[in-house]
Amino acid sequence: MSGEKEALFSKKNRKLLSDPMNDDNPITVQVLGICSALAITVQLKPAIVMSVAVVFVMVFSNLIVSLIRNWIPNRIRIIVQLLIVASLVILVDQVLKAYAYDVSKQLSVFVGLIITNCIIMGRLEAFALGNGPWKAILDGFGNAFGYGVILIIVAFFRELLGSGKLYGFEVLGHKAKTIAESTGLYSYGYENNGFMLLSPMALITVGILIWWQRSKNRKLIED
Amino acid sequence: MEELGSLFVKSIFIENMIFAYFLGMCSYLAVSKTVKTAVGLGAAVIFVLTITVPVNYLLDTYILKDGALIWLGPEYANIDLSFLSFILFIAVIASMVQLVEMIVERFAPALYSALGIFLPLIAVNCAILGGSLFMQQKDFSTVTESAVYGLGSGIGWLLAIVAIASIREKITYSNVPQPLKGLGITFIITGLMAIAFMSFSGIKL
Repeated sequence: MSGEKEALFSKKNRKLLSDPMNDDNPITVQVLGICSALAITVQLKPAIVMSVAVVFVMVFSNLIVSLIRNWIPNRIRIIVQLLIVASLVILVDQVLKAYAYDVSKQLSVFVGLIITNCIIMGRLEAFALGNGPWKAILDGFGNAFGYGVILIIVAFFRELLGSGKLYGFEVLGHKAKTIAESTGLYSYGYENNGFMLLSPMALITVGILIWWQRSKNRKLIED
Repeated sequence: MEELGSLFVKSIFIENMIFAYFLGMCSYLAVSKTVKTAVGLGAAVIFVLTITVPVNYLLDTYILKDGALIWLGPEYANIDLSFLSFILFIAVIASMVQLVEMIVERFAPALYSALGIFLPLIAVNCAILGGSLFMQQKDFSTVTESAVYGLGSGIGWLLAIVAIASIREKITYSNVPQPLKGLGITFIITGLMAIAFMSFSGIKL
């Protein structure tokens, strides 16, 4: 690092935060952390909980690895990183089990899979091992947030179209057994698209999202 | 025996790691550009899953589960170490991968050069840890069952990555809309394949 003191939110540091939102999004551009992004986006609530969990694990693992980066022997760095991440994930898992048991049940193995979430390992390898703590925090936050944004967008569409709800609230009206008893959109004969709840639609939704993003931001197009 | 057979088929097709649970998607997307590398990575995943799932099963049954330590003496009957499972599983996986790498290098150099860089990468493949965590949830009754489950999930994963790799090899010659090229179309194809795999879910074994 250069001897000059950088401002806390200098232009370069702001870029660390803003890049992962669009140009360098972990899911749609770097292709990291897809596994959990797809499996838990049936509803908004687990998606939001997952994003918060990933932000927490990401920021702290980035910070810790960045603090001890000069003491980690190169050959065993993967195991050291895995152990740091695993301890943080155990923390998250225990907190979820204690305060949000139903969400924790819904997320099932995917809380544990944060450990092998490629975003975390990828950012630790690519960024935290070579940069100072403050930059690492910003990078961790930016990337985890970029991940969360995609998660929430996908979950928004899947829950809205699949079960007509948002965060568990019936935003499209109440669906009763007959059309006459239903309210809102359902009184006109609207039906939920149950297919959105199944796993293939998660993939296709992300595919369409990537398509949309690249048609707006043409420099991301692969050839 | 019949039960093992149905578990095997179930773990390959119905509960396919990629199409049903999206596990190991990162390497699935990154390494599926050519069939040859896809086969190499798939073989390595089968190998490691078949070893780590039963090892973690033994660990879970004799050390981690609630009351599992009873073989040490009655005073240990109330100990529940299951909160440690993440850290122990990942440690087992990382060290197993290292061990497997060394053994393969020593005794099967041809296989080693074929698997090449994929072996170390596998330690951070979600499908491996996912296999162990699902094993923990499913409460298998014998080691054999967990080994069969590991083998089956590995084969399912190989099937998926080889299928997508062969499609991607062909699709380079197709006229895909510019922004959809590469990643986007791969996602959508995987989605369509997942729909096809859903037809297995009706099978009762």
